[in-house]
Amino acid sequence: MSDTTPDRTTRHIPDRLQSPLSRALKSWEMLLLIVAVGIFILNALASPYFLDPWNLSDATFNFTEKAMIAFAMALLIISGEIDLSVGAIIALCSTAIGLAMTAGAQAPVLVLVGLGTGLACGAFNGVLVARFGLPSIVVTIGTMSLFRGISYIVLGDSAFTGYPAGFAWFGQGYVWWVITVELVIFALAALIFWLVLHRSNFGRMVYAIGNNATAARFSGIRVERVKFILFLLTGLMSGIAAICLTSRLGSTRPSIAAGFELEVVTIVVLGGVSILGGSGSIPGVVIAALVMGLVTFGLGLMNVPGIVMSIIMGLLLIGVIALPRLWTMLRRR
Amino acid sequence: MSLLKSREAILALAMLLLLAVIASRFPGFVAPRNLAGVFTDTSPLILLALGQMVVILTKCIDLSVAANLALCGMIAALMDGMGVPLPLILLAVLALGAALGAANGALVWLLGIPSIVVTLGTMTIYRGTIFLLTGGAWINAHQMSASFKAFPRAVFLGLPVMAWIAIAVVAVMAVVMTRTPLGRAFYAVGGNPHAAVYTGISVGRTQFAAFVIAGALAGLTGYLWVARYAVAYVDIAGGFELDVVAACVIGGIAIAGGAGTVAGCVMGALFLGIIKNALPVVGISPFWQMAISGSAILIAIAFNARKRDPGRIILKQAEHRT
Repeated sequence: MSDTTPDRTTRHIPDRLQSPLSRALKSWEMLLLIVAVGIFILNALASPYFLDPWNLSDATFNFTEKAMIAFAMALLIISGEIDLSVGAIIALCSTAIGLAMTAGAQAPVLVLVGLGTGLACGAFNGVLVARFGLPSIVVTIGTMSLFRGISYIVLGDSAFTGYPAGFAWFGQGYVWWVITVELVIFALAALIFWLVLHRSNFGRMVYAIGNNATAARFSGIRVERVKFILFLLTGLMSGIAAICLTSRLGSTRPSIAAGFELEVVTIVVLGGVSILGGSGSIPGVVIAALVMGLVTFGLGLMNVPGIVMSIIMGLLLIGVIALPRLWTMLRRR
Repeated sequence: MSLLKSREAILALAMLLLLAVIASRFPGFVAPRNLAGVFTDTSPLILLALGQMVVILTKCIDLSVAANLALCGMIAALMDGMGVPLPLILLAVLALGAALGAANGALVWLLGIPSIVVTLGTMTIYRGTIFLLTGGAWINAHQMSASFKAFPRAVFLGLPVMAWIAIAVVAVMAVVMTRTPLGRAFYAVGGNPHAAVYTGISVGRTQFAAFVIAGALAGLTGYLWVARYAVAYVDIAGGFELDVVAACVIGGIAIAGGAGTVAGCVMGALFLGIIKNALPVVGISPFWQMAISGSAILIAIAFNARKRDPGRIILKQAEHRT
């Protein structure tokens, strides 16, 4: 929904800019990093099993798949759109991979099927939003129901199991020692999205569209095309996440990745991306993903059930946005 | 001619056409008895869709309604287990639902957080709270008192009480939306928030009121749902918020706010209700339902986008031609 508060107070403009170092120290990313380190130390003190390298390696699975999507989602939200269908895209990709598997396909084909389905879903969202100018919230609520609905039609209450051994590498394989394949994909994705958002023309276009789409159009940016590419990217990353998740779980049910959209959006917002668009950074998202991973892992070690963790995620999502606003409101008084 | 151009008339025609197609193969489906059953079955969707309509009119969205329903339903079942009389339970679920809605509304109004983020968060919080209350246990039919289960099904003038409640709420909402200052305020806030402020309407307070109404309706429906299906657990009405949004979008409630009617909303819900009830009759697996409501949302918004109200086309165009 758009910003509907009509009264805007004038912004305070300082006489002198802060030095880059003090700005970096006071940034949201730094605050997050401190929180992450704090949680890490708390976890280490709370549970003797936490500092085991293999446990930590297992803990990365808590966030790698979601964070891959979160990078693309960050760009999408910065540009002023949102995609709530990512969990459903994973379900559909996983179902397509399962169908290909039952047809006798081997790992390379399964990967292609996953990527292709993700791209197709992203393109479908992208066409509806960018080409027909429909609001992305409702479009992706619709496709969320449609994509997962197709999975339910195909699978009903059954499941695909018995993926070929070669396919297990993506979700269960190790590149070196405790470094998982998924962690490497996550790191690569972080690097690529950092380059795209912070070091390329395309990234500048994303910010420009998010801050003022009309001005962006007048400066010669093809707004629709950029938005379409962003939906395509979100679909692609969901496809990659679907490959990892399917490979890790070794089975596909239509309810796979249910509620992922909430956690992905939470990571993005926690990472300091403005939900109204126009600002945010990839390092913030990376640290937010680490925070989420550490929190869920720490709670898991303390035997907190999954649904209680989802309450904490919900509180985190609202709290992260509410607290800074409360703070400024109280300070203004 | 202008009647045919109205969205409600087109929707009514589509519904009649749908009924005619089903009736041509299965005449029993359109028997009054069965249609009354379809209406009763769709009552929860109608109730929630009316609440959602008010929220969407004010440019917000409430994704937490199904979780609110489930939490209030569980509380109702727990209260029944403690021997609380039914009228008190009804008051309690209305109040609790309104309070949960008010929590959403307060975050949107006072802190200016986008409604989609707020309700995405409260959706999991409310549903998680059910788990905290019960530890994941179910409350089954034999644990509920007879009067608790009987009330929504009690037949009065040929229709169950649940259907009468839906009819009463539809009537009240129709009056509120068209005949009261609050109803006008919902349209004004969604149509043009800036103009609404200059008319002396508080945008935030109106949005807050919308969330409270949606919450109270969800709370009431929570009791009806649990009592009718005689079971309460963490996941009841899971994903129902999507059906509710679908009913609104199909009913012609503009997602950008400010346009939509009670009649359209009710018909949108009935349209989905007919499809849902017809699927097993026609012999299609119920697993198709999710994909069908998804497609219905997409078709409806594509349709809405092309048919804009000519009265406000200039403003909307200028605003949306990004």
